[in-house]
This record gives sequence, C-alpha cells and structure tokens, in this order.
Amino acid sequence: MKNILKLFSVIILFNVSIVNVISAEKVEFLKTDWTFKGLFGKFDRASLQRGYQVYTEVCAACHSMKYLSYRNLSEKGGPEFSVAQAKAIAASFEVTDGPNADGEMFQRPGKLSDKFVMPYENVKAAEAANGGAYPPDMSVLVKARGGGVDYIYSLLQGYEEAPSGMILDDGVHYNKYMYGNKIKMSAPLSDGIIEYSDGTKASVEQMSKDVTTFLMWAAEPSLEARHQMGFKAIVYLIILTVLVYFSMKRIWSRVKSEV
Amino acid sequence: MSDHEYTPKSKAGKWFNDRLPLLTLANHLTDYPTPKNLNYWWTFGGILTFCLITQIVTGLVLAMHYIAHADMAFESVEHIMRDVNYGWLIRYIHANGASMFFLAVYIHIFRSLFYGSYKSPREIIWIIGIIIYLLMMAAAFMGYVLPWGQMSFWGATVITNLFSAIPFVGEGVVTWLWGGYSVDNPTLTRFFTLHYLIPFLILGLVVLHIWALHVPGNNNPVGIDVKKPSKDTVPFHPYIVIKDGFALLMFMIVFAFFVFYAPNILGHADNYIEANPLVTPAHIVPEWYLLPFYAILRSVPDKLLGVVAMLSAILILAVLPWLDTSKIRSAVFRPLYKQFYWILVADVLILGYVGAMPAEGLYLLIARVATAYYFLHFLVILPVLGLKERTIPLPLSITEPVLGGSPNMAMAKKKESKIE
Repeated sequence: MKNILKLFSVIILFNVSIVNVISAEKVEFLKTDWTFKGLFGKFDRASLQRGYQVYTEVCAACHSMKYLSYRNLSEKGGPEFSVAQAKAIAASFEVTDGPNADGEMFQRPGKLSDKFVMPYENVKAAEAANGGAYPPDMSVLVKARGGGVDYIYSLLQGYEEAPSGMILDDGVHYNKYMYGNKIKMSAPLSDGIIEYSDGTKASVEQMSKDVTTFLMWAAEPSLEARHQMGFKAIVYLIILTVLVYFSMKRIWSRVKSEV
Repeated sequence: MSDHEYTPKSKAGKWFNDRLPLLTLANHLTDYPTPKNLNYWWTFGGILTFCLITQIVTGLVLAMHYIAHADMAFESVEHIMRDVNYGWLIRYIHANGASMFFLAVYIHIFRSLFYGSYKSPREIIWIIGIIIYLLMMAAAFMGYVLPWGQMSFWGATVITNLFSAIPFVGEGVVTWLWGGYSVDNPTLTRFFTLHYLIPFLILGLVVLHIWALHVPGNNNPVGIDVKKPSKDTVPFHPYIVIKDGFALLMFMIVFAFFVFYAPNILGHADNYIEANPLVTPAHIVPEWYLLPFYAILRSVPDKLLGVVAMLSAILILAVLPWLDTSKIRSAVFRPLYKQFYWILVADVLILGYVGAMPAEGLYLLIARVATAYYFLHFLVILPVLGLKERTIPLPLSITEPVLGGSPNMAMAKKKESKIE
C-alpha cells in the first residue's frame, strides 16, 4: 500500500521535475498572487472585466482572439458581464456578413453569437502591418507559453533599456523575459494609458495583472467549473475508497493472508 | 478450464449455455483460482483494462466533434474545449488518460521483470503484452498528432522521417507514409483512422493476453507454481475483484488530480500553437512516456543505427524469456538479480531524463552510457547471472510450510516486506 503511494509520488515528482526543467528559463519570472490557482481557485470578476478593457483597448489593436464569442463575456465563470452589457459590447463591433439575396457582403453590428472580430483580415495582413512579425492569436496564448501566466505577466513589465553592447535592429525592443531578449512588440502598456471604468488606478503592474487574468480565462473558460467538479469528484472517490477498503478487509478476513 | 463441470441452475440458462457457453465462461472468470499472496503490484492489470475502456469511450465522444483536417483540426479541438458540453472534461480525461495508461503499463511491465512473470510457462502472455505495448506507443504517438499543434506536426515529422533511414527504399517509404512530400492533410487523416483502429486491436489482444494468462494462472510474489484450486488460492470473485477495485480507486484519485488540477502539466506548451510548417520549435520532445527510447535514438550518431537501437530496445523485451537463463522467477530469491533490477530501473529513469534534454555535452554522454548499460543488462548480465547466481532456496508452498515447517518461507516473507 505504502509502496504504491511512494511509487506514485516518485513518478509524479519525476515528471513534474522534467516539465519544470524543460520550461525553466534562466530568469525568474515576476510573481503575483493569482486568485485562480489552488484547489478552490476562482477568477477575480472585477479583474476579468478590467482585463477585458485592457485587451479591447490595447491588445486588440493587433492581437486577434478568434476562438472566443461575445456571448462568452456573459457566461458563468468568466467576466460575467450582464447579457445586456455583452450585447452592447458585441454591437460596438462591425461584422462582415453575407452574402445577402443580391449576392453582396454587408456590414452589420455584432451579435452575441459572433466570434471576436479580428484586427486584420488574415495573417499576411497582420504581418505586413507589424514589421513582418505576426502578433499571435491570444485565445490560448497563456497555455502556449512555458511559464504561462507568470511569463505573460512578467513580459508585459519586462521592457528595459538594452544592456550596452547589444545592438537592436529597427523595430526590435529589449525585454528581460522574452526568449532571446528581443521582441518586436513595443511596450504595450504605460501608466494611465487607459482609464478603468471602475476607477482603479491603471498602473502598468495593475493592467498586466488584469489582462493576464483575462487571458487565463480566455484560454481556460471552464477553469472554475473544473476546480469545483474536481473537488467533488476527489472527495467522492476518497469516501468510496475508504468504504471499499473496509469491505475488502471484511471479505479477506475469511482467508488467512495479508491484504 | 475450471476443474469442475459447471451447469446453470435454471432451465433457460442450461438451454442457452448448451448453445453458447457464456455462462460457463462467466463462471470460469468468477471462480478463477488466484494465488492469495498477490500484492498490489498485481492490481495494475485491472487498472490497465480500465484505462483502455476509458480511452475508447472518451475517444468515441471526441471523434464525434473532432474534424480531421489540417485547416480545422486545431480549431475543432478548441470547439470541443469551449462549446461542447463537458468537452473540456472529456478531452482532458483522454489526454491525461494516455499518460495514466503508460504509467500503469510501466508499473505492470516492471512488476513482471521483478517477479519473473515472463518465464516459462508464461512466454506467450509476455509476448502478447509487448505487442500491446508497441501498439500503445503507436496509438499514443498518432493521437498526439491529431490536435495539430506545433509539437504534433514536428513530432510527426521527426518520427516519420526515421523511416528514411531504411536503406534504398527509405525516402519512398516516408513519402508513402505521409501521402505527399511533407506531413500534411493526408498524413493527418490516415493518422486519425489508425488512431481509431488501434485501440480495438489492443482490445482483441487484451482478450488473448487474459486467455493466455488463464491457462497457467497467475504468477505470484514467491514465484513458485501453485496448485489450483488449493489452500494457496482464492476465487477471483470476490477476493481479487474487491482488491483490484480498491487499487483502481486509489489510481483514479491520482488520475482525477491531473484531470482537474493539472490537466496540461504533462503536455507541452508548444502544442497550443497551431501547426506551422515554416516555424520549427526550439526543442522537439515527445511525450514523457517515449523519452527513454528517444534518448536511445539520439545517443547513436548514425541515423540508421539509432533507429535500429531504438527498435531493438523494445524488441529485445520480446526475447527476454530466453535471455534470462535463471529458472527462479521471483527476484525475492535472487539477491544479485534484485540489485541489477533496481539499477535497470534507475537506468531507464535516467534515459527518460536525458531524453527530455538537448542531445549535447554531458547529457549526450550520459545518454550513451545509459543506452550501453540498457543493452548490457539484457544481453550480458541476465544470461550470465542465471548461470552464476547463488539463489536463496525456494519455499514449498506460498502459505503454510508443508513438511513440518519451512525456514525459507520466513525468510521470503522478511525479504518481501522489505521490498514492499
């Protein structure tokens, strides 16, 4: 019995350490207390709503989020805007629809069922507008980077003067946390670049935290449901295991042997 | 196969059973005499059956929503994660289920190695097991390609390219496998088809595996033949069923932890980037369960020989019953073998570790030493050890000492409790 536990823990530790080693960067990422970590982790609703504001007013100028729909904004476990708010947000975007009866494409205000409108028509257009570097789609960005939220959070605050001796090409910036330290995106955030509608002070640190929280939700919209169900499932399994253990002891007591 | 003839009690049952003896089979399975000293390492057979069924059931549901097309596969996975009811749960069970399946199969294999379960008369069970393991690796590899992320694409490219090492026809074989001149849509659709097929092949082989097991019956920690049925055995139901059930529940708790709290920890971040033939990831690494073989592949400087070494590392297991010359099954009575066994376990773990590292410098050196030792273990140590080793005398039965007490049993028990 003990052995199985021991073995499990050894194997799990071994694998986790491999994963850690693979994703380990030379620099330590900045840390902050994420509310969505841990067994009961949930998103900070206000932070998600602010994060959406940062995304839509800053990031969305270049970065698409093509797997999300406007209806997601009002769904449970997300920023939980009211349905009316989400409708208003959707309607503020122009969506190309069609063809209509005349065979023409036409523009109409967005609906809840529409996917997030993309800033560029296609990848080539995005590259052309950004000096050849495609601003990656942000739908699953957090999961697509080693270090996840800590990496994104750090990157947003990692713009510094390049160390002397490093020569940067035109349109390339120095970032402490970027792989290879060279990044084509210029520092997207600066203090007061936006004005939060809830009155929170829009410092770079605050905006980084909010938008990273929002990106985490965008990548894992079912995170809260997952944590809640996981807790129930594991408690259920533990109770059942204990019951089965005593049944087993009872049954095996008829035989002279060790279980 | 049971020692006693079975007749159903009811008339209808008898009528049916005379025409198709399903009830006889059910009776055989419940009465099946099992050594009563089986420890928890023996519960992984049942756990593996659970893993296979879980993968098949979740896989069927995923296949209803997944689209096997290079332009749509990645998007359809996100559709499953976001729009399908509990799609995230089903996908995370399936993805982590693969890891759990391999975790269980490695424990199952190393249990066999420790207790000599592959030895006569169980060679066929063992060989079928190795074929199942090979098919599992093929299924897992192709399954990892389906989400069409960066690791999917480049992993597929690296592994299929191995076939180009075959002399003369290699390039042609690779083109044939791809269905074109690079990994592309035709590759994806055929991988999906095969990924769907293989689990059912495995299911068939599992039936044969269990059938072959039921002929000689289970090996046991003491490794001696057991008279069945006797005082040394218990009926499969309820004794083994409840014990397997208990172990399975423990296993499911670990499984659930991964699914609900760390669903992506065993995967690679790059696989959340859609496949891009123009951008190669910095490090292409397979899933953790293939890392030891990946390390062996890369430790050989020549491509063809590397592939040969990797395949031999797996296939050598199939001839293990003839490489191990010792007549004693359980390592409990083989003091030297036991030490070499643990060195092998460490060796495989080291191979797994260096498989995840870049193949350069010290890592490459370690990989080479570990690879050499892996083959040394099977080709030299095992055959020689069987002839030279002084083993501990075996007890006469697994329960009570028969002829007025057996001092060996006490010793065996003590040894056993130490390794447990």
